[in-house]
Amino acid sequence: MSQPSLFTSVTWTVSRLTQHIRTLLESDVTLQDVWVQGEISNLGRPASGHIYFTLKDANASLRGVMWKGDARRLTLPLQDGMEIEAHGRIGVYEPQGTYQFYADIVRPVGEGVLYQEFLRLKAMLKTEGLFDAERKHPIPELPHKIGIITSATGAALRDMLNTLRRRLPLIEVILAPSPVQGDEAPPKIVDALAALDRLKPDVILLARGGGSIEDLWAFNDERVVRAVAAANVPIISGVGHETDFTLCDFAADLRAPTPTAAAELATPISIIDLSAYLQGMSTRLATSTLNLLNTHQAGLKALTASLRFASPLRRIQTDRQRLDDFARRGLSALRHRLVLDKSRLRGFERRLESLNPLAVLGRGYAVVTRQADGKVVSQASQAKPDDEIQVRVSDGEFDAIVSKDKES
Amino acid sequence: MSKTASPKPVEDLTYEEAFAELEAVVNTLDDDSSRNPLEAAMSLFERGQALVKRCSELLDGAELKVRELSGDQLSDFEAGE
Repeated sequence: MSQPSLFTSVTWTVSRLTQHIRTLLESDVTLQDVWVQGEISNLGRPASGHIYFTLKDANASLRGVMWKGDARRLTLPLQDGMEIEAHGRIGVYEPQGTYQFYADIVRPVGEGVLYQEFLRLKAMLKTEGLFDAERKHPIPELPHKIGIITSATGAALRDMLNTLRRRLPLIEVILAPSPVQGDEAPPKIVDALAALDRLKPDVILLARGGGSIEDLWAFNDERVVRAVAAANVPIISGVGHETDFTLCDFAADLRAPTPTAAAELATPISIIDLSAYLQGMSTRLATSTLNLLNTHQAGLKALTASLRFASPLRRIQTDRQRLDDFARRGLSALRHRLVLDKSRLRGFERRLESLNPLAVLGRGYAVVTRQADGKVVSQASQAKPDDEIQVRVSDGEFDAIVSKDKES
Repeated sequence: MSKTASPKPVEDLTYEEAFAELEAVVNTLDDDSSRNPLEAAMSLFERGQALVKRCSELLDGAELKVRELSGDQLSDFEAGE
């Protein structure tokens, strides 16, 4: 008598098969009361209050969840990288076809493996002197060329470029894109550093956005840290969030809490500073010139005296009183403006025009030069009868011949 | 009257060059006393004004230059999004 085997069917449905698996696992006594040790990663804490995570070791990983009620009893906040012991049971989540670990008790086991590696490397490299202050290069105050190493597609790049654009659009940026996580990241970052180094930028920004200790791990990779320490160009590292520290941060010449901060630290002098400094220089230009005019009133007066020789200009009033007035008015007008001091640069330039010594010519003064040797005539004795002279007025020049001496 | 080498046209100067020359002009005007003062002062003042204008234009019109390095080749950077 043959009986069809109870355990074989021609085809299962997914549901039945999954149910079968579930039954198998959930009826295994061992799996319903188990302690497991592993490292937390991919920690998620949605608003529901439940905690989702993956427990892993070198060869395998296990999805887990801790319900809100049990999670509330945790004494230590869970973090990626933490090594923990957890008690719970194995179940099957049919909709996703996964088996999971439902944790009801979680306790830490020393430090997480990654974090231990971080500490080990940190101690070793520190002993070698890679983090010493003496090794650090100063960051230039006004860079012309800035190199950036980061992912070409992340928000970090966008934020840095926006910051640089805002602070100092005069500069040139060279991007050496590189993956910033995963196994391929460390050698690519090292290559990017070498490539940028050849172009001799004034400073290099090494950056990526926030992430877990695994996401940031490339910046704890020994090859990358050594390359950063050995670089000849100043490096500012801006990796992760404010509270994230990677070994690159210690090896770099300056640490920034975020990529945006890195861009700011790279441009200590901004375009606003440059503009203000330029305005100051413009002010000095005017005051210096006015001072010169003031000091040489006598020279001006002598100039105008010699103008009497050129007949078309006989109408010019040339007494000392007017010269004094001009200088005094010019200086006090300028002082007044300096006190106000908030005008835009162009407006200031326009006002500067009115103090332009060339404007003196507009008021009827002229500059007389001798044709023979080009010297400016500043004294009557320099212009003898029959001398050919050139007279420059506000809008042009003309030649003249000295007619006769005048006893003044 | 002494003449130095004739200066580069203002439009050809980079920001650093223009600003450095502006500083030199202002320093000269501060110190100058013995040479023919008025003529030198006028041309220096004019040059200074042109330099201020050039620096101002460069600051206002500056646009961040971004290039991408791939191997040893530099190319214009196209933003992703």
